[in-house]
Amino acid sequence: MDTMTVLLMALLSMIIVNNMVFTKFLGTCPYLGVSGRLDMAFGMGCAVTFVTGLSGTLTWLIDHLVLQRYGLQVMQYVAFIVVIAGAVQLVEMYVRKFFPALYSSFGIFLPLISTNCVVLGICLFINLWEVGTLAEAVVLSVGAGLGFTLAICIMAGIRENLALADVPVCLKGAPITLITAGLLTLAFMGFAGMI
Amino acid sequence: MAEAGGVSVRKAFTTGLWTENPSLRLLLGMCPTLAVTTAVRPALTMGCSVIFVLVCSNIAVSLMRNLLKPHLRILMFTLTIAAFVTIADLFLKAYLPEMSETLGPYIPLIIVNCIIICRSEACASQNGLVVSIVDALGMGLGFTATLCVLGSIRELLSSGKWAGFEVAPKAFTPWAGMAMPVGAFVTLGLMLGLVNLITKKKA
Repeated sequence: MDTMTVLLMALLSMIIVNNMVFTKFLGTCPYLGVSGRLDMAFGMGCAVTFVTGLSGTLTWLIDHLVLQRYGLQVMQYVAFIVVIAGAVQLVEMYVRKFFPALYSSFGIFLPLISTNCVVLGICLFINLWEVGTLAEAVVLSVGAGLGFTLAICIMAGIRENLALADVPVCLKGAPITLITAGLLTLAFMGFAGMI
Repeated sequence: MAEAGGVSVRKAFTTGLWTENPSLRLLLGMCPTLAVTTAVRPALTMGCSVIFVLVCSNIAVSLMRNLLKPHLRILMFTLTIAAFVTIADLFLKAYLPEMSETLGPYIPLIIVNCIIICRSEACASQNGLVVSIVDALGMGLGFTATLCVLGSIRELLSSGKWAGFEVAPKAFTPWAGMAMPVGAFVTLGLMLGLVNLITKKKA
């Protein structure tokens, strides 16, 4: 297989087959917390995709060019966190400047992207899978972000309708969301083995 | 807030265990709760690592709470936590290599566990040393207990074992779904429903 095919496969696998939310449980907090409205979920997904893309790429570079060369792997986690916090700060400034309405509706959730497990998760997984080339690292991290966007948008759509459903009192809110999420993972398991 | 007397210390402890149990009531730290509870042992290891990191970071944050600048707060919290998580990770790699292999990236992911940042922000950055430590212990134990219950249910139903020992009769058919993501989501959802039911009855 040539490089393009490999990259395309990697992208698809990150979005559908190895979706971070459904198979690795990463990013479940915003997934349960924010995804009440479809437009906000989509905005959140885009912001997260940008941050994962940027920080996945940067941490791969730092890991390969600096940490591994000088035997500083112990500093890995600290370095990753600094990169992620920087990337989030960048997104925050950008959104505040160009989309003030979106910025005010996000509130606290925007800075909290830096503690979104998807972002650190993909940096760690890229490291764990020993991804060899920069192109692959970029594709994988963007794919993880897109997968998160897909998951959070599906969930937001379901929850908009769930608000109209007659749910048993003690299951209202988070419990029914979790059970719905469980059924969604079953649907996504159908994709397993596709790639 | 002043340094606590006996009553509020006990209150800080029980809040974390039940009334504000991080996973069951506040819905914090969902990723590890769902991911490592396929069996009891990884759940227990995860819980202990979180207690260690939570106590250490609460101590550190509580000690430096007067030096923190508001806009750099979160960054300082995460850096402190990252340092302690590195220690926990290296310890597990050295002494429990198999467990470290099983838990994989979920140990470093403690850094972004919302429970720890939430406690740094809501408790340790405003309270003295004693309250912070007790609060961390309460929250950590509450988290560990939830993880162990969830892990027990899933391990029993998915393999008929508990912490590696056979307990179910031979005729028991394992529920494969319990070991998969769907088992985690649905079991936790039902547990939350049960907790809601119990607290409603009490009130």
